[in-house]
Amino acid sequence: MAEDREPPPLPGVPEPQDAEDLFVSAMEDAERSLSPEDISSSSNGPKAEPMLLDHDPDDLFAEATEEVSLDSPERQMILSDGPSPAITPVTINPRADVFDRSPDQDEDDEENRDTFDIQISVSDPEKVGDGMNAYMVYKVTTKTSLSIFIRDEVCVKRRFSDFLGLHSKLASKYIHMGYIVPPAPEKSIVGMTKVKVGKEDLSSVEFVEKRRSALERYLLRTVKQPALLKDPDVLQFLESSEVPSHVSYGDVILSNTYCFILKHARCYYHHLDEVFVCSCIKWFEEKQQQFENLDVQLRKLHASVESLVFHRKELSVNTASFAKSAAMLGNSEDHTALSRALSQLAEVEEKIDQLHQDQACADFYLISELLGDYVRLITAVKGVFDQRMKTWAKCQDAQVMLQRKREAEAKLQHANKPDKLQQAKDEIREWEGKVQQGERDFEQISKNIRREVGRFEKDRVKDFRVVIIKYLESLVHTQQQLIKYWEAFLPEAKAIA
Amino acid sequence: INHEHLSSVLTSLCVSPQQEGLDDGPDFLSEEDRGPRAVNVDLQTDATLQVDISDALSERDKVKFTVHTKSTLPNFKQNEFSVVRQHEEFIWLHDSFVESEEYAGYIIPPAPPRPDFDASREKLQKLGEGEGSMTKEEFTKMKQELEAEYLAIFKKTVAMHEVFLCRVAAHPVLRKDLNFHVFLEYNQDLSVRGKNKKEKLEDFFKNVVKSADGVLVAGVKDVDDFFEHEKTFLLEYHNRVKDSSAKSDRMIRSHKSAADDINRIASTLYTLGTQDSTDLCKFFLKVSELFEKTRKIEARVAADEDLKLADLLKYYLRESQAAKDLLYRRGRALVDYENANKALDKARAKNKDVLQAETTQQVCCQKFEKISESAKQELIDFKTRRVAAFRKNLVELAELELKHAKGNLQLLQSCLGVLKGDT
Repeated sequence: MAEDREPPPLPGVPEPQDAEDLFVSAMEDAERSLSPEDISSSSNGPKAEPMLLDHDPDDLFAEATEEVSLDSPERQMILSDGPSPAITPVTINPRADVFDRSPDQDEDDEENRDTFDIQISVSDPEKVGDGMNAYMVYKVTTKTSLSIFIRDEVCVKRRFSDFLGLHSKLASKYIHMGYIVPPAPEKSIVGMTKVKVGKEDLSSVEFVEKRRSALERYLLRTVKQPALLKDPDVLQFLESSEVPSHVSYGDVILSNTYCFILKHARCYYHHLDEVFVCSCIKWFEEKQQQFENLDVQLRKLHASVESLVFHRKELSVNTASFAKSAAMLGNSEDHTALSRALSQLAEVEEKIDQLHQDQACADFYLISELLGDYVRLITAVKGVFDQRMKTWAKCQDAQVMLQRKREAEAKLQHANKPDKLQQAKDEIREWEGKVQQGERDFEQISKNIRREVGRFEKDRVKDFRVVIIKYLESLVHTQQQLIKYWEAFLPEAKAIA
Repeated sequence: INHEHLSSVLTSLCVSPQQEGLDDGPDFLSEEDRGPRAVNVDLQTDATLQVDISDALSERDKVKFTVHTKSTLPNFKQNEFSVVRQHEEFIWLHDSFVESEEYAGYIIPPAPPRPDFDASREKLQKLGEGEGSMTKEEFTKMKQELEAEYLAIFKKTVAMHEVFLCRVAAHPVLRKDLNFHVFLEYNQDLSVRGKNKKEKLEDFFKNVVKSADGVLVAGVKDVDDFFEHEKTFLLEYHNRVKDSSAKSDRMIRSHKSAADDINRIASTLYTLGTQDSTDLCKFFLKVSELFEKTRKIEARVAADEDLKLADLLKYYLRESQAAKDLLYRRGRALVDYENANKALDKARAKNKDVLQAETTQQVCCQKFEKISESAKQELIDFKTRRVAAFRKNLVELAELELKHAKGNLQLLQSCLGVLKGDT
C-alpha cells in the first residue's frame, strides 16, 4: 500500500478544538511517516499491517513506567513522536528487528524472521502422582538470544492446566482488543483418565505424544505473535521456575499501561469514524465471509485427512496380518522355490506394513494436526471479529445515551432548575467522553484486527507451504522405499522354477 | 441412476477383446493376456479346441455370456460357432461333471462364482440418492468411479467363467464330455433352471453328510505314501490359502478406502484453491491436481493387487477344494474297497452270497484303481499349474507395483520441484 501516503479527506466533524489541533499536527506528521497506515478506503486486504518502528521507543517506554494521565504529556508524546499511527506492540526491546514489518520490506521481513531467535520445545512427559490425582508434567525448554529473556536457555516444568491458565490470561487481555490469541490444545477427559489410571498401552502413549506435540505448537504460535511474546505472563510462563499463580503488581501496571496507550494513541483519528467505518465495513464483511468459507473447507479437509489416517492405519494392520498369513502359506507349500518366494513376499509385506504405519503418522502429525489447529485458530479469528461487533454496539449504545442526555438537557434548559441542569450537563460530558472512548476502542480494535488478520494470513501461507512440502517429501520417501522392496522381491519371484 | 441406464452404458461398451477404451479398469483385456485370458491357470492352447468368451451383456439381474468355440474336431457341425449362456448353465455343466462317476478320478475345474453386482448396485443407488448433497464435480467423479468399479467386477466375472471353460477344454478327458459339447454348441436355451428350494435343501444335507464322511475317510491312513502326503498337504494348504485370501481381500479394501480418501482430499483442496485469497491458492490447486493423479495410481495398485494376488488366492482356494474332493472320492472308494474285501471274506467264510460279494469287490477294486491312477497324475498336474500360476502372478504383481511406485514417485517429485521453485 505504498501509494496510500495520505490519509483520506476528512468530513467536517463536530469535535472539540483540541482534537482538531491534534489532527492538524498529525496530518503533517503523517506525511513524514515511514509507511502508510493501512486504513484508507482503498485498502483491500490481507497485506501485513505495517508495524512501524517507533522512532523513539525508549521515550515511549520511559513514559509508560511513569504515571500516565489523560492530559498533555501524553498528547505531546503523540505529537512529538512522529506519526506512527501504529504504535502497537510497543517494543520493550530497543532491538527492533522483530518488528520491522512495513510492506515495502517483505524480504527484510523474511530475514528478520530468521533472527526471530527463539526455540521452544516441549518434551519429557512425566507422570506425577497416582490414581485420579495424577497429572503429566512437561519440560518446557526455551532457547533464545532475545534480550527480553533473562537467560539464553531456560527449562521449566509445566502441566497442562498451566498452559490453559496462560491462555485464559492472554485471552482476557488481548481478545477484546482484536488480537488473535492462539487457542490452547483441547482438554480430553477420556485421554487423561487413561493416563491417570496408569494404562500403559499404545493409545495412552499416543495420546501423550499428541498432547506434547500440540502444546509445543501452541507455545510456538503464541511467541510468534509479537504482542504476546513480550507479555509478562508469557515470559513468566517460560522462565519462572514456579508455576505462575498470580501476576505481580508491577506487571499489572505495565500491562494496563500498554492497553491505555494503545487506546489513546490514535485518538486524533477518531473523528474519521464515519468514513473509517463505512470504508472498512466492506473489508470486514469480505474477510468474515472468507473466513467462513475457509472454516468450512478446512473442516472438510480435516475430516478427510482423519479418515485417511484411519484407513492407512487399518491398511497397515491388514498388511501385517496378510504378511503372517503368506508366511504360513509359504511354510505349507511343498514346492521349495515357491515356498521361498512366498516367504519373501511375506517379508516384503511386513516391511510395507511398517511403511504404511509411518506414513499414517506423517499424515497425522503433519497435516491432520495442522488442520485441527487452524480450525481452532479460525474460531479464534471469528471470535475477534465478534468482539469488534460488540465494541461497535457499545459505541452505538453510548451515542444513543448521549443523545438522550442532550435531549434531557434541552428540556431542562426551559425548566429553570439550575442544579438539575448542571447535573445534566455533567452527564452529557460523561457520555461524550464515553462516546469518544467507544469510538476510539472501535477504531483500535478494527485497526488491530486488520493487522492481525494480515499477520495471520501471512503465517497461514507459510505454515501450509512448509507443512505440505514436508508431507510431499514424506510421500516421496514412502514410494522410494516401496520401489526398493519390490525390486528386491522381483528376482525371487522370477526364480520360481 | 437405474440399472437399465447402466446396462445400456455397458452394452454400448460391449465388453469384448477388442475393447481397449477403458483405462481406468485393470488391463484385463490387454494384449498380454491373449490366449487363455485366464491369468490364474497356465494352459496349453490346443488348436483342436479353443474356447473363449467373446462378449458379455449385463441385464437386470443376469449376465449373458457369448461362448465362442473354434474347433477342428469332427463331432461339431461347424468349425466356429457361438452360443449365449447364463451362469446357471455353467453351474449345470459343472455339477454334471461332479455327479458323474466317470470323472471321479479327476480334479473337476471349480465352478465360477455367481456374478455379484449387488454391492456395486447398492453403491450406485446410494450415490443417486445423495446427489443433492454434493457438488456437481464430486458427483460426476464418484459416478465415474462407481461405473469403473462395476465394469471391473464385470470383467472379472467374465474371466472366471472363461477360465472354467478353458480348463475343461484343456483337460484330455473332460473335453470329450457330451454335456460339454452340448453346452458349447446347442444354440437354444438349455432350459436349466436353478435349483428349487427342495433341491437346495437336499444339496445342503448332502454336503453335511459329505463333510462328516470326509472326516471319517480322511482318518483312514492311506497305504500309498504319495496320497498320504498329498492328503496332509492339501488339508493344511487349503486352510492357509483360505486365510490368505481373506486377509488379502481386507488389505486391498483398506487400500481402496485410502485411495477414496485421497480423492476427497483432492476435491476439497481444489475448492480451497479456488476460494483462497492468498498465494496459497496456486499451491492448493497444484497439490489438488497432484493428489488426483496419485489417487488414480493408488486405485490401480489396489486393483492390480486384487487381480494378481487376491484373485489368484481365491482361485487356488477353489482348486484346492476340488483337489480335496478328488482325494475324498478316492478315499471313499478305498474305504468301499476295503469294506467289500471284508464283506467278501465274511461271505466266503459263511459261504453265502459269495458271487455277489465277489462282483461288488471287483467293482470297488476297479473303481478304486481307476481313480488312483488318474488322481496321481491330476495332483501332479495341479502342482505344476499352481507353481506356474503363482510364478506368473507374483512376477506380474511385483512388476506392476514397481511401475506404479515409479509413476507415483515421478509425479510427486515433479510437483515438489514446482512447488519449491515457487517460493
